[in-house]
Amino acid sequence: MMMFWMAVRLALRSLVRNKVRAMLTVLGILMGVASVVASSAIGAGAKERIESQFASLGVNVLMVWPGASATGGARGAAGSASGLTEDDALALSREVPSLSASAPILSASTQVVSGSRNWSTRVYGSTLDYFRVRAWRTSDGGLFTDADVRTSAKVCVIGETVRRELFGDESALGRTMRVGRMPCTVLGVMESKGQSGFGQDQDDLVIVPLSTFRTRVSHRPGREIGFVMASARDPALMSRAEEGITRLLRQRHRLSGTDESDFTVRNMADVIKSFDEQRAAISLLLLVVASISLLVGGIGVMNIMLVSVTERTREIGIRLSIGARSRDILAQFLIEAVVLASVGGVAGLALGIGASLIVGMTTSWTVKVQPETAILAVAVAGGIGVIFGFFPARRAAKMDPITALRHE
Amino acid sequence: MSEAGEPRPVIEIEKLEKIYSQGEIVHRALRGVSLTINSGEFVGIIGPSGSGKSTLMNAIGCLDTPTRGSYRLAGHDVSGLDADARALVRNRFLGFVFQGFNLLARTSALENVELPLVYRGISQRERHLRAARALALVGLIDRLHNTPAQLSGGQQQRVAIARALVTDPQVLLADEPTGNLDSKTTEDILSLMQLLNRERGLTIVMVTHDPEVARCASRLITVRDGLIERDERVANPRQAVRPVQTEGHAP
Ligand SMILES: Nc1ncnc2c1ncn2[C@@H]1O[C@H](COP(=O)(O)OP(=O)(O)O)[C@@H](O)[C@H]1O
Ligand SMILES: [Mg+2]
Repeated sequence: MMMFWMAVRLALRSLVRNKVRAMLTVLGILMGVASVVASSAIGAGAKERIESQFASLGVNVLMVWPGASATGGARGAAGSASGLTEDDALALSREVPSLSASAPILSASTQVVSGSRNWSTRVYGSTLDYFRVRAWRTSDGGLFTDADVRTSAKVCVIGETVRRELFGDESALGRTMRVGRMPCTVLGVMESKGQSGFGQDQDDLVIVPLSTFRTRVSHRPGREIGFVMASARDPALMSRAEEGITRLLRQRHRLSGTDESDFTVRNMADVIKSFDEQRAAISLLLLVVASISLLVGGIGVMNIMLVSVTERTREIGIRLSIGARSRDILAQFLIEAVVLASVGGVAGLALGIGASLIVGMTTSWTVKVQPETAILAVAVAGGIGVIFGFFPARRAAKMDPITALRHE
Repeated sequence: MSEAGEPRPVIEIEKLEKIYSQGEIVHRALRGVSLTINSGEFVGIIGPSGSGKSTLMNAIGCLDTPTRGSYRLAGHDVSGLDADARALVRNRFLGFVFQGFNLLARTSALENVELPLVYRGISQRERHLRAARALALVGLIDRLHNTPAQLSGGQQQRVAIARALVTDPQVLLADEPTGNLDSKTTEDILSLMQLLNRERGLTIVMVTHDPEVARCASRLITVRDGLIERDERVANPRQAVRPVQTEGHAP
């Protein structure tokens, strides 16, 4: 044990003597460990983010976008050429029994104004089904009514962020605000949902009746909508609901057997799965990069240890002549390799944590440094020291004392 | 230190042979050397270059295994030992001094002298104590923390002697200990060795090719072509000249 600490001290001393060389040697290990730590932190953050998104939207929510699935990710904004209509959404809630609600939605970015305060936000036009699908209640006041939807009433419901920005400490209920150029009365304030997993503020919105949106915000008559948000009666009925939606919409859009659907149905589970797959691919890539870095680092350690053994042949001879056994020499050089690699590992850990935190601060990504990967990464670095240090250490240990002493 | 009382055999060598073979070429560096050295002796080994002095010294020092013959060190048969056992013997029974000092660079005198004790598993506290005592014995108590680069050749060789003595060896083995030193420092080191031999009864075997140096020993062995040519007692060993300016080593 005492010999062990002696060897560690000796190793640290020789590292300090050859600072630049040691730094260059461990660069590979440093980068490898840093990328393992950073990728796992970012990966874990993404997972958590997706899971919270899952929770905030609800496990039973389905989205229907216009357009074939190849372009399916693009959200149809108000006025985009759309294959989906208000009537599609109504038909879905009427004729697909596994759905509990189906909301036609139009949306647009807009400026909202109250008195001297203004705020830029997103306005959604929908029906009461919107609140059912999202299982969302007001915290203050109430929702608009079916009659408001029929009459294109100038009323709205606002999110907590909009309320704070426009009305501050005062009550918003009954107050008039302008959405674009339309003045409307605030009927209620939605319960706060906070940030979504994707870093979006879910409370930064205004909801108006669909007909109001059409006639007074976007000024585009017709029946087209941006997308449909629907909810299954039960999470277990998701795939049946998806089938029902597809069958009904294909029938309504008069698509025959081989035609490609002009809409895309996605459930949150799918969205999460595709995110998960992307995440796994990125993780794999980083792992490959890390493995290569670690391999390069290991070879660097081996190389420098071979140089060190040759440089210190005489020292080895001296130690052997005064009674070191070959296993003492082996241990000394092995420990030196492990210390060298571990220094790289710890530096890589620090760099990895630093990089993760910077990513976390400068982007909307969530990062979570995983203590177990951090420990693992440093252990792997030490292991690399053992594996790649063994060959040079054994070379040192096998030296003949006389030959070593004669070495110049 | 060895007891200065009754002389007893420390080194008993019989018909020792060392054959180096490099492919086709076979070189018989030692061709049957028999030799007994008693405790308290100061033996000088002299002979022309290439005669086998170092080879004999390495065999005595358990740095090498002889090809044939027997070797008993302090009563133990050490001729058939493996590398680890020989390392142990070197650590317990022998102290080495080399021509080129062979100190660890950038390492203090104290740490250099401690080194043999490290491989004995002795605690740091005791190592310090014993190393400092050994350095005091060779007159370097005020140089404990100097590195070899900060010491003169003579001082470095004294550190090497302290390192050899720190384990209380049975024998001090010195191969050309003054080979790298000027004549004045040579006298200095020789007088230290004579002092250790006389005052502490330390058994010394010293290889040299310099007759003046060899005459300081009390017994002179001449080696030629791998054989002992002559083995004689020196009636009146030359007393090495103690430098006027001693560095304060023990009287
Ligand atoms: N490792 C070795 N391999 C082959 N020959 C050697 C080896 N070591 C020494 N010799 C030879 O053995 C002879 C004796 O060498 P050595 O003992 O070093 O002589 P000395 O010390 O008396 O000058 C020399 O001829 C030398 O070349
Ligand atoms: Mg020689």
